Amino acid sequence: MTDKRNIALKVNGVDYERGVDTRMTLVDFLRHELELTGTHVGCEHGVCGACTVLVNGESVRSCLMLAVQANGQSIQTVEGLAVNGELNILQQCFQDHHSLQCGFCTSGMLMTLTEFLRDHPNPTEQEVQEVLSGNLCRCTGYLPIMSAAMDAAQKMREAKV
Amino acid sequence: MKPAAFKYHDPNRLSDVVELLSTLENTRLLAGGQTLMPMMNFRYLMPDHLIDLNQVAELNYINIDGGYMTIGAMTRQRTLEFSKEVAKHCPIIVQALQYVGHRQTRNRGTIGGSLCHFDPGAELVNMTALLDGTLEICSKSGSREVSIGEFNQGYLTTQIAEDEILSRVRLKLPGEKDGVGFVEFARRHGDFAIVACSCLMSLDAKGLIESVKIAVSGLGAAPVRPHNVEMNLRGQAPTKSALIQAAHDVGQMESVSDAYVSAAYRQHLARIMTYRALSQAAKSAQEKTND
Repeated sequence: MTDKRNIALKVNGVDYERGVDTRMTLVDFLRHELELTGTHVGCEHGVCGACTVLVNGESVRSCLMLAVQANGQSIQTVEGLAVNGELNILQQCFQDHHSLQCGFCTSGMLMTLTEFLRDHPNPTEQEVQEVLSGNLCRCTGYLPIMSAAMDAAQKMREAKV
Repeated sequence: MKPAAFKYHDPNRLSDVVELLSTLENTRLLAGGQTLMPMMNFRYLMPDHLIDLNQVAELNYINIDGGYMTIGAMTRQRTLEFSKEVAKHCPIIVQALQYVGHRQTRNRGTIGGSLCHFDPGAELVNMTALLDGTLEICSKSGSREVSIGEFNQGYLTTQIAEDEILSRVRLKLPGEKDGVGFVEFARRHGDFAIVACSCLMSLDAKGLIESVKIAVSGLGAAPVRPHNVEMNLRGQAPTKSALIQAAHDVGQMESVSDAYVSAAYRQHLARIMTYRALSQAAKSAQEKTND
């Protein structure tokens, strides 16, 4: 039994139209159909946060959403963060603070923080810890990620002034 | 680790949903997908038909009126968490939501999905028990209303039949004088609680307990409201010894062991969590009385 649907959606500002199996998850669609492999597949049951993307500006687990459910929606992935080929403030802070080792969790971390810092430009460390509790990292011990997030928050505030 | 094939349906009216439910077999309703999708990815569940509720706008609303809050089953946890109205009329729900999964799961997860999954440690199930929730269940032949106590039929099981859908939950709002308390114990923040306790308490002019509600999750398959403990507290001053006695009584209630947590440990946690929730609620009620 194959059940197919045509979907039209926007990913990082680009319009796409594809026919998809309805059972295909959004993360598999992004990786296999659009070849946007920056979004990673980790646990496939919503625990690790590696597949986090923004759907209409809200962070979601793309392994727990079907591609067909993204029809008509606007998606942002890690590939959409850099500005004219330059790392954005948050990405640059990750590099400066050595916030990644293997890099598997990084795209999910960046997308979670992109939403969070947009809505909470002046967060406390406790708030950052809470929001990152939904993203697992097995290399860094989280502290470099925390410092990158706090540093990015400050730099983003300065950039706005 | 990928869902088995199914036929996908995305109706946009409740009447279409119940029509589909009345004709199709081996169906599942997809709400926020934060539990169903993992179960399908693991192939614990392999429905032939998946009915996606995300286009059914009439199931997504919050209505506050006459001392009650009615919430459409497809209302997302995020919507409840950030609603100014909910924060004003029912702050304890906002407090409890801080423990529900993570931001990414609350962005998708719904109140109806949480209630239908009925995890024993789920915070929104606990809130529904605390706030004397009633649930409306619809099918093609009509609708019926059940209390949260009747709704649960055992571990992870509700009385929703195959051709039925949960359409809304109705909660009794806390009174203006009610102090609130919510605490839980979980291995990690965002996990389902091993034991959670919520509490509402109001004090009279003399500072004595006028009304109190307690809901304890984690002792068994469904949260319990220890009515005798609530009754004993009424008319007493919320002293440390009175609250310790109440918590002790809750800790004596029946519990069950599973592969991870023994009944004795659950009872121990129930006593501690109840004491802390009662203390929080008493403190917050005193602040409200002094205002």
